Amino acid sequence: MFDVPHSMNFLQTILILAAAFLAVFGEATLGGVRQWLSAQVDLLPALMVYAALNTDIVTVSVLAVFGGLWFDTLSANPPGVSILPLFAVGYVIWLQRELILRELPFAQVVLGAIASAVAPVLSVLVLLTLGQQPLLGWGSLWQWLVMTAGGAVATPVIFVLFDWCHHALGYQPPSEPSFRPDREIRRDRKI
Amino acid sequence: MLKQKHYIALGAVTLATLLLLSLPPSAASRLKLAIGSWFLPLFGLAGTVQQLPGAAADTLLPRRELLRQLEALRRENDQLRAQAAQAGAIAQENEQFRVLFGWQRQIPWKLKLANVVMRDPANWWHTVQIDLGTRDGVRENLPVLTTEGLVGRVSSASYTHAQVVLISDPNCKVSAIVENPARDMGIISPGGPLDNSFVELSYLSGNATLRAGQNVISSGLGGVFPKGIPIGQIVDARPVEFGLYTEARVKLAVNLGSLEQVWVWFP
Repeated sequence: MFDVPHSMNFLQTILILAAAFLAVFGEATLGGVRQWLSAQVDLLPALMVYAALNTDIVTVSVLAVFGGLWFDTLSANPPGVSILPLFAVGYVIWLQRELILRELPFAQVVLGAIASAVAPVLSVLVLLTLGQQPLLGWGSLWQWLVMTAGGAVATPVIFVLFDWCHHALGYQPPSEPSFRPDREIRRDRKI
Repeated sequence: MLKQKHYIALGAVTLATLLLLSLPPSAASRLKLAIGSWFLPLFGLAGTVQQLPGAAADTLLPRRELLRQLEALRRENDQLRAQAAQAGAIAQENEQFRVLFGWQRQIPWKLKLANVVMRDPANWWHTVQIDLGTRDGVRENLPVLTTEGLVGRVSSASYTHAQVVLISDPNCKVSAIVENPARDMGIISPGGPLDNSFVELSYLSGNATLRAGQNVISSGLGGVFPKGIPIGQIVDARPVEFGLYTEARVKLAVNLGSLEQVWVWFP
C-alpha cells in the first residue's frame, strides 16, 4: 500500500489538496457544529495525519503550504500563520511513520486528537509572537477540547474515505492466476 | 538522499512561511484577496444550493397562506406609511429649527443590503464575509449594521466580497455612549470567545451611574461609526482598578450568531 507508483502519489496529492480546499470552505460555510458547540472543528490536522502516514514529504509540505494559506485567507489570520503549525505536525508524524501502527483505528484516533490539539495551539503562539491579539479566554479551553475531539473522530473517517478512493481510482495490478501450463499434471494411464 | 529531501522540505516550508509573514500589510491583503478568489465558484454553488429549498418551498406554499401574508404586509405597509408621514412632518420641523439655530444639516443614511456568505473558520476571530465588494463601492472601515443595531466594520474588500470584523472581535473597537442623564462614555471591547452576544464596555468613569437595561449607542467618535447606532443594553457593571474606572457588560442588540443579511452604511 505504501510503495505506490509515482502516478498514484500524484493522484493522491491532488485528492488530498482537493479535500483540504473543500474542508476549509466547509469550515467557513457550515455552521452546524459552531452553533451547537460554540466552536468550529478544523479538519486540516486530521488530513495532515493521513498525508504524513501515507504519502511522501513533498505532499506533506504542499498540504501544509496550501491548506494553511487557504485557511488563513478565509480567516482573519495574517497569511502564513497556519502553515508552520500544520507542517510541524505532519513532519513529526512523517519522521515517526515507521513506528506507528497506522492501520489501527485507535492509533488514527489518537494521532488525530494529538494533531488537532497541537496545531491550533501552535497557530495561537505564532499569532501572539506576531503581536496579534486573538480572542482568548477560559472559553478557548472548551473550543480546544471540541477541536481535539472533532479531529480525533474525523481522522479514521478520512482514512476510510481515502482508502476507498485509493481502491476506486488507483491502479490495481491484475492478480496472477494460479494455473501454470508447465505444472499441469497429466493423469493418463500407460497401456 | 531521503534525509536530504526532508531537510530541503523543512527549509523550503520555513522559508515560505517567513516570507509570507514578513509581507507588508498591503501585499498580505492583496495576496489574501487573490487566493480568496479561488473560492468564488464554490460561493456561487453554495448560494444556489441554499436557494433550492426556498424555491421548493415557494412552489409548495398554499394560496391561502400567501393571501394571509399579503394581507399582513398590506396592514404593515399602511402603518409604515402613516409613520413615514409623521416622520416627514417631524423632519420638516427639525429642518426649520436647524435653519433657525444655524446647526449643520445631518446627512441621510445610505445603506446597501448584503448577504453573509461565510464565517471565520478560526475560533479566535469573529469575522464574516459578505457578498458586496469594491464593485459595489465597499471599502475598508465602512460600518455594518442590521435593523437591530451595530454589527461591525468592513476590514478588507475584494472585487466581489468583503470581510467584516464583528463588534465582538478584538480588532473592532467602538466608542459608545450610555443613554443615561450623565451620558457616560466608554469603549466596546470583546466579551469572551464562546458567547458573542455579550461585550464589555470599558473605560467608563469611576462614578458612572449605570443601571441594567440602559441603552448603549455608538458615540460617533473615532470617525468610523456614525453617532446613534444602537449597540445593546447594560446588563451589569462593576468597578475595576480599585474604582478608578467602571466596566459594564452589554447584551448586544444584534444576534451575531445568526447573521444572514446585513446593511453596509455608506457616508
